[in-house]
Amino acid sequence: MSNPYARIARDGLWDNNVVFAQSLALCPLLAVTGTATNGLGLGLASVFVMVTAGVLVSLLRGIITPQVRIPVFVLIIAVLVTLVDLGMNAWLHDLHKVLGLFIPLIVTNCAILGRAESFASRQPVARAAFDGLMMGAGFTLVLVLLGAVREIIGSGTLFQGAGLMLGEAMSFLELTLIPDYRGFLLAILPPGGFIALGFILAGKRVLDARADRRAARALDGAAPAA
Amino acid sequence: MSLEVHKGRAHPVYRERVGYQAGLLGGFSMVAAALLVMGNIATRDAIEQRRAEDLLASLGQVIPARLHDNDLLADSLMLTREDGSEVVVYRALSGLDVAAVAYQVTGQGYAGDIDLILGIDNRGRVLGARVLAHAETPGLGDKIEVARDDWILDFDGRSLGDPTDAGWAVKKDGGEFDQFSGATITPRAVVRAIKGGLEFFDAHRDGLLASAVIQRTDPEEAK
Repeated sequence: MSNPYARIARDGLWDNNVVFAQSLALCPLLAVTGTATNGLGLGLASVFVMVTAGVLVSLLRGIITPQVRIPVFVLIIAVLVTLVDLGMNAWLHDLHKVLGLFIPLIVTNCAILGRAESFASRQPVARAAFDGLMMGAGFTLVLVLLGAVREIIGSGTLFQGAGLMLGEAMSFLELTLIPDYRGFLLAILPPGGFIALGFILAGKRVLDARADRRAARALDGAAPAA
Repeated sequence: MSLEVHKGRAHPVYRERVGYQAGLLGGFSMVAAALLVMGNIATRDAIEQRRAEDLLASLGQVIPARLHDNDLLADSLMLTREDGSEVVVYRALSGLDVAAVAYQVTGQGYAGDIDLILGIDNRGRVLGARVLAHAETPGLGDKIEVARDDWILDFDGRSLGDPTDAGWAVKKDGGEFDQFSGATITPRAVVRAIKGGLEFFDAHRDGLLASAVIQRTDPEEAK
């Protein structure tokens, strides 16, 4: 893993995933993942803010002193989110009508502050931008996964409302997986979100443990031969 | 730890002074404030215009185009509610007769106000109601939006006598309107807001339906 960008991608998507590994950003995560579409919406908005915040913090890392870095980072992220909110409302109005609900929630995503602090403030711009992209993508992955699980169990559909958010062209994503399903409310409510997240985290650990065992076996097998 | 690193890198001493820290923070705050002001100015007109477009589109949904021949945004009047708040009434004129009115009503939802636009014909029947803005739970309470669910169409054609007073409630409260599984407060608030809107119509029927001629030729007296 000598290539730093491959390392960053692996960290963001899996090893050091915002939710899987750092257990950050649970507030917006559990709040919006009633459907997969909502998850995707918040994910895309978060990616944008994470990349921009990463670039800005990395550019300014030379003049920000460690003593005041946290308030400065918070300020940068808050301004960014507000400007995104205003700009979308003015020029991407249809998208804002659907995503508008989630934009302010991005501020509550401590993962953005976390990455600004632990990565972007110590790395060159390109790497910080890529880290934001990968961390955001990893977050989006969990959002969509959790949203899909909760939506299927909760209402028997998948990607409901995708046409509304992404344009009519994407409405083929909307599926009714279980016809005449009466719905399982718990899955949509916040407790169902915690339960589903618990299973997903457990599943991730099982996969990791299996990968470790396989790596260990491969090592054992290789040792005598060498 | 990061502190040590910075010290070790032999940064200029002034960076450790309180004045530099305060100046840095103050400078960032000023830049941030300036950016927000610029952002606000740059987007204000566009947002206002989008709002007007949205309003016209919503008005078009609650007042059918065939009912009127005027510009809805132009022929509005201001009335005062019982609690002293002002309400803008958009009137659909057919010739000089008021065919329908539309105005905003607000309900107390689960997560703040639910703003609705309510269209009522000149006999006091609901032509249509649409949600303008809300902050209800995505996936649960947002079924009040017509784009997500047909629920709000249940109100079309209703009036204060239909259903009866007791019927103007969600089924859980003994009324006629469906609630959503997992969200009772949201539809309850909408039912209540629409009923309130109808009562407002009932109380101000004369003022709302007063022939448009009087108000147009003598705007001062109308005030």
